Amino acid sequence: MNVQIWTYIFVALSFGLYIGIAIWSRAGSTKEFYVAGGGVPPLANGMATAADWMSAASFISMAGLISFLGRDGTFYLMGWTGGYVLLALLLAPYLRKFGKFTVPDFIGDRYYSQTARLIAVFCAIAISFVYVCGQMQGAGIVFSRFLEVDFTTGVFIGMTIVFFYAVLGGMKGITYTQVAQYCVLIFAFMVPAIFISILMTGQPIPQVGFGSELTEAYGGGYLLDRLDNLSEELGFATYTEGQRSTQDVFFITAALMFGTAGLPHVIIRFFTVPNVRDARKSAGYALVFIAILYTTAPAVAAFARTNLINTVSNAEYEAVPEWFTKWEGTGLITFDDKNNDGRIQYVGDPAVNELDVNRDIMVLANPEIAELPNWVIALVVAGALAAALSTAAGLLLVISTSVAHDMLKRTFMPDITEKQELAYARIAIFIAVLIAGYYGINPPAYVAQVVAFAFGLAAASFFPAIVLGIFQKSMNKQGAISGMIVGFLFTALYIVYFKLINPAADNADNWWLGISPEGIGSLGTLANLLVAVVVAKFTPEPPAHVQQIVEDIRLPGEAIAR
Amino acid sequence: MSDSSAHSYWKANIRLVLSLLSVWFLISFGCGILFVDALDTIRFGGFKLGFWIAQQGSIFVFVALIIIYIRAMDKLDSKYNLESSADNAAKSQEDVQ
Repeated sequence: MNVQIWTYIFVALSFGLYIGIAIWSRAGSTKEFYVAGGGVPPLANGMATAADWMSAASFISMAGLISFLGRDGTFYLMGWTGGYVLLALLLAPYLRKFGKFTVPDFIGDRYYSQTARLIAVFCAIAISFVYVCGQMQGAGIVFSRFLEVDFTTGVFIGMTIVFFYAVLGGMKGITYTQVAQYCVLIFAFMVPAIFISILMTGQPIPQVGFGSELTEAYGGGYLLDRLDNLSEELGFATYTEGQRSTQDVFFITAALMFGTAGLPHVIIRFFTVPNVRDARKSAGYALVFIAILYTTAPAVAAFARTNLINTVSNAEYEAVPEWFTKWEGTGLITFDDKNNDGRIQYVGDPAVNELDVNRDIMVLANPEIAELPNWVIALVVAGALAAALSTAAGLLLVISTSVAHDMLKRTFMPDITEKQELAYARIAIFIAVLIAGYYGINPPAYVAQVVAFAFGLAAASFFPAIVLGIFQKSMNKQGAISGMIVGFLFTALYIVYFKLINPAADNADNWWLGISPEGIGSLGTLANLLVAVVVAKFTPEPPAHVQQIVEDIRLPGEAIAR
Repeated sequence: MSDSSAHSYWKANIRLVLSLLSVWFLISFGCGILFVDALDTIRFGGFKLGFWIAQQGSIFVFVALIIIYIRAMDKLDSKYNLESSADNAAKSQEDVQ
């Protein structure tokens, strides 16, 4: 059977499963819609969190980025996993004990201020929108390349599926589809990785194969040494050495860690478990499930890079494999025979180099490059869609709860009934899907750039406000609000300047302290902390009932009396 | 629970979190970024040590830190008799549904 038929089978089967779960798990109350009734077992929540967190970027783009960045790719690996340590130790148990539905709930109640609540709503919606457009776009790319449907139709199919289970089931539907999506995506990521590891090193565990010797067919010697040599021969940077400055890598890693811990769609997952102990446990499960993919990704990156160089370097253009021609058709691989010798010169020097390979295709093309069976290639497609859809659904829920719960029920229309609130939540998700779909089809040119926004803003706005709210009892609304505003504005202006206003200046010579826009969120976090602490020193202490809330969330056990 | 035992529970909690976070910082920002070149002079198998910590080892350490935290907090909860009340809260929530 050919790839196309296998792909249709796998995608149809997985989509059928998601729809089945959606019908089974319809939500009847706002508590079910917002936090799945608060009864999700920690193991299931761990899987759902992992799927929620691992987006199209983790699945499709990350290994490809690392294979071109070499050691510098470390900031993605450590940044996007190390943040879970902060989440587990500093946020998850306390927010679960607080026991409401959303991040703005916490900010608004803890800082006894509707202004603080609305700032939080604004940040949550801004962060989630930036993110969700990228997911829809990822789904569109996958559909158009592998199902050979029109890009627009691809986005439309993705929208319909997400719409179906998010609107019907709310958090309850999303949680159990995410559990299924985690299983699909991790299986789809691991199978080709294991295949390639056996093929190239004879080692079935990719993490071990990463540090092993290549088989005879691949020329022997340690994989990483071989990759270093190949890179040097062709004039690329040495794979296991860093190119970026140490302080930049340091600050980007920190920004991604703080950002991870501050992303609202991840935080709300911890509201869905029964109690504080389960919140801690599910943070542990989540990181274990994430680590399976994140420790495999750098191995896949090294395998893919070696394989790519071996296959295309100095190869005759007439004799290239089928995958090469197919990706050329999408414009993601381009070849320009500068010296007219009919061979592909793939080298570091841009004047001589004739081949341009888009980083995003490495994971998708990898099974084809390694000549794996057709069903493995089809499986990767189903996995990539699972990754994109699960994250999109989690983000859409944040947008919907922010509008229906935080803005309408808690701020502007406190008198609506639960039934009305639920209806508004469903309408909000419906509109959000439409807008996300629109931007998926007509992506603003700067989509890739604004992703830096999502992390930077989450790091500089939410993370310090929540941590201070738990660990510093005397933190008051004046401190928290001015901290959030300063952190948010500082980070946003720095990114906007280098990414939108003056992109020509976006290089190490012009960066402040040598910190790139991707890493500026960590300085924003510090600015937020500093301003909050100083302002709180000179303004009145929070009222007694708020200090009591802080005392309560610090202890596991009985729910706060409300 | 009395105020003084709540106070000492919180202190023990802070001590635990701070010690785990110092390991977190040392491994990720220390070994994975600041001292990575020095550690790269040490090799095992096909890996340079610094590179391995940066791309693999640190993630294993993160997982271990969270597992230690879960265990230690469970112990702390039962020492201060908070465990049973956590379970009761879960039960009463189930009754409501």
